[in-house]
Amino acid sequence: MVSAKRIASDFRVFSRGYLRNKFGLFFGLVFPVILIVIFGAIFSGNSSGTIAVYTQNQDTGPFLSPQMDVAAQFVQALNGTAPDGTRISDTWPIRVELVDSSENFTKYLADHSSSDGIIIPANFSANYLAGKADSVTVYGNPTSSTSGIVSGTVNGVINLFNLKYYNSNAIPIISITSTTVNTEQTQYVDFLIPGLIGFSILVSPMFSLVNISSEYKKTKLFKQLSLTPLTKMEWLASKVLWYIVLTAVSFLLMVVVGVLLFDAHVTLTVWLIPFLLLGPTLFASLGMLVGTITKNPETAGVIGNIVTFPMMFLAGTFFPISIMPHYLQNIAHVLPLYYVVEGLNNVMVYANYTGALIDIAVVGIITIVIFAAAVRLFKWRED
Amino acid sequence: MIPIEVSSLKKYYGEIKAVDEISFTVDEGEIFGLLGPNGAGKTTSIEIMEGLRKKDGGDVKVLGLDPWKDGYELHKKIGVIPQEFTFFEKTSPREAIIYYADLFGIKVDPDEILREVLLEDSAKVMFDNLSGGQKQKTGLALALVNSPELLFLDEPTTGLDPNARRAIWEVIRGLKAKGKTIILTTHYLDEAQQLSDRVAIMNLGHIAAIGTVDEIIAEHGSGERLEIHGSKKLADYIKKNTSLKVEYREGMVSIQLKQKIDALAALATAEQSKLDWGEIQTRRDSLDDVFIKLVSGMVDEHGEIIVESKNRNVNG
Repeated sequence: MVSAKRIASDFRVFSRGYLRNKFGLFFGLVFPVILIVIFGAIFSGNSSGTIAVYTQNQDTGPFLSPQMDVAAQFVQALNGTAPDGTRISDTWPIRVELVDSSENFTKYLADHSSSDGIIIPANFSANYLAGKADSVTVYGNPTSSTSGIVSGTVNGVINLFNLKYYNSNAIPIISITSTTVNTEQTQYVDFLIPGLIGFSILVSPMFSLVNISSEYKKTKLFKQLSLTPLTKMEWLASKVLWYIVLTAVSFLLMVVVGVLLFDAHVTLTVWLIPFLLLGPTLFASLGMLVGTITKNPETAGVIGNIVTFPMMFLAGTFFPISIMPHYLQNIAHVLPLYYVVEGLNNVMVYANYTGALIDIAVVGIITIVIFAAAVRLFKWRED
Repeated sequence: MIPIEVSSLKKYYGEIKAVDEISFTVDEGEIFGLLGPNGAGKTTSIEIMEGLRKKDGGDVKVLGLDPWKDGYELHKKIGVIPQEFTFFEKTSPREAIIYYADLFGIKVDPDEILREVLLEDSAKVMFDNLSGGQKQKTGLALALVNSPELLFLDEPTTGLDPNARRAIWEVIRGLKAKGKTIILTTHYLDEAQQLSDRVAIMNLGHIAAIGTVDEIIAEHGSGERLEIHGSKKLADYIKKNTSLKVEYREGMVSIQLKQKIDALAALATAEQSKLDWGEIQTRRDSLDDVFIKLVSGMVDEHGEIIVESKNRNVNG
């Protein structure tokens, strides 16, 4: 009944029409890449501005005089001001974010999605003044571009203290201890890429199918097509196929841009394939469904937006849902796109394949239900 | 086989009887015109025959098939241009023909079809850049892809300029010459008259008259009339002094002629009256006259029918 030949010829005509429409092409392919560039530039923090480094000063004294609080001076130096009050450099790369000494530091870094941190140990000041060797611990992720800058800067500050407060013949008293952390999210852009891939999986097929299906109904193009042997299932299948192709191209573009411009770390595995297949199928069908059950293109547009916009922002596309308030997180959990984005994150960032499997199952079930509903409710002809 | 048989066809939209018990047949090789004002039920009827709409009652057989139940089979055998034909914007007529041929799983020569509908010159122009007439010709071309013996043309020239309309007529005549059976809806009287072998005049869901144009005029027209430019007084004088049926309208005395010799009596009486009278002529009711009588409507300067819609707003 379903003919691959007819799907192929419909696919050919549709894709040719799509490629001839410069606006659609821009929206489908270039727009998500532009979003990556914009958001990446705003939030990635390694191109301009300073890197925020969580620092825990465990040396709480007591100090006989403020001059004896070397740890505080060290923190000040980490912020770019030498103990004598002069600026070390105009373009100081890091900025200290003090963490209360009662916090579990490793957990704190993980909770704040950061891999860069510094611990100044207890008795640091006393040891320094007494000339006893001590060490500052620097947390970092060797794969992250910021970590090198942080440890380099800390090294510089340590040298400054070693030179200034001790005679040059002796061995340096402060040393550096590096600790590698595998924070779950290393950089914003690493997280942004799966998010925006999810975004493009949602937006292109969804808006396009809402528009096409309601317009075709209005202009009676569906009636026209119903007079040929093409079936509505074949028609929808060719649209789905096209958006899978478009998603794959868009995916590659985004990964390349993310890696080249922002040094993003993405894992490319076969685990991505189910999401790149199911995602466009799901949202093309959902768009079709919206266009089918609404009376005219205007209503379809409105309903389409109502369905799409919450997903665009709340499903973890631009921001991780962990930073959102609880009630918004609850909303996120009922949005189909959430499971696509979570799955992509599980695969590309966390290498959590058990989690990804659950996401594939959830997305798969939603896709089957929506596709079946779209094909069933969608009418070529009128009663 | 009789290509189309329709009996007691009914289609209601709620309270509105869009098509109310119409019956007719269309014979092989003829052009059958469904003529009527907007809202007469033409498009509803033709869409039921095409299998695009479900009927509410009656019997419809197209090429021996039930158009709704056997639509998929039927569509392989018929060609259709829906009203206000549109197609994918970024597709050329040539590509559209190849696309249709692929869907039907047949091989065609796209250029031959383009020639047949007089569209060779615009073969590679994107659909959204075509003129109204070229768009309709694209529709005709697509209707011909599967070499159907039966064609449905729903208002093929609505909204086109006179030249484009004549070009479409030429294509339609060419198709008839090839022996195709064509059913055509139109609200242009001249189109129905120019193209159709037989016409059904539809009004408010009913068929008001059916037959060849001459048959309809003979049946529903008033026959030959003598018209005299003159006054109301003259009309009254002739009426009083003869047994003839006389009407007066806007400076024109109109006398029905049961036989040609009646004209002599009428003129003699006019002469007797000593009143002034001007030009004389005899004429028959045209399709326009009959149409106005049947549909109680008006025809504008383009031959298009304007009718007060009596609480009906269903299109077709």
